[in-house]
Amino acid sequence: MRPWLALLRPGDWLVMLAGLAAVGASVPLLWSSGAAALAVIKRDGTVVAELPLTAPRKLEVKGPLGNTVIEVQPGRARVASDPGPRQYCVLQGWLTRPNSIAICAPNHVSLQLSGSRGEGSGFDSLNY
Amino acid sequence: MTASTIELEVTAADRRIARYAAAAIVLTIAEAAIPSPLPGVKPGLANIVTLIVLWRHGWREAAWVTLLRVLAGSLLVGQFLAPGFWLSLTGALLSLAVLAVASRLPRGLFGPVSHSVASAFAHIAGQLVLVRLWLVPHDGVFHLVPVFAGAALLFGIVNGLIAAKLLESEK
Repeated sequence: MRPWLALLRPGDWLVMLAGLAAVGASVPLLWSSGAAALAVIKRDGTVVAELPLTAPRKLEVKGPLGNTVIEVQPGRARVASDPGPRQYCVLQGWLTRPNSIAICAPNHVSLQLSGSRGEGSGFDSLNY
Repeated sequence: MTASTIELEVTAADRRIARYAAAAIVLTIAEAAIPSPLPGVKPGLANIVTLIVLWRHGWREAAWVTLLRVLAGSLLVGQFLAPGFWLSLTGALLSLAVLAVASRLPRGLFGPVSHSVASAFAHIAGQLVLVRLWLVPHDGVFHLVPVFAGAALLFGIVNGLIAAKLLESEK
């Protein structure tokens, strides 16, 4: 290790520290994904309602099995109850990130969050 | 009809640049064989050659070596004019721009490691901008910034140390 350290000049330490600070400063980017702003509720693939995630609200959507209840609170939304047999969409709990989705397939209802400018809604995943 | 011969003047600098570029191309090819966990994260070993040329012969020759390496390297791995080529070119141009500034810093204080780290960050910054504008037009790419920046720092330091080690003999 020592012979390698001898290759470093005083300014190199400075540059490396600056680099480390830049990496550290960028770490929060790894988890942030922008705020979700809108809950898009669909039945049979057509939009039933678009609720802004600003004020608390409850919405009932009628499907073939009965009513699915969507609950919206500031910054998050969930399926509060659903008549489906396995309750997958209810068990998902609160959705907070843009593009996250809860699908109540038996009742033909879905709840998806989208970002502030509706941006990115065209992508399921990214690959290159 | 008389056969005409065109004589090309070859200077010592030309030969030197060709020799260094050949070394850089070999490193590029060798590196292409190393699997990468994430596209864009690779050691960039060829930059060691750039750093050495920069230190010994100045920025102009370093730029020649780097651009020749990008061109010939992409031809050899079959990436010429493909996205990979434009990414290397963007990264190379931006890191050369940064090296033009970094190489003016006092050498007693800032050695090859400084050059290497600065150029690694410039490289990845240029590539990220190109990726965002062209290949993945979505802000999602920026989630990976910490990974790319971390790799730039790590490989920047390692490459810089290797270059410094190779240059050590002539101090």
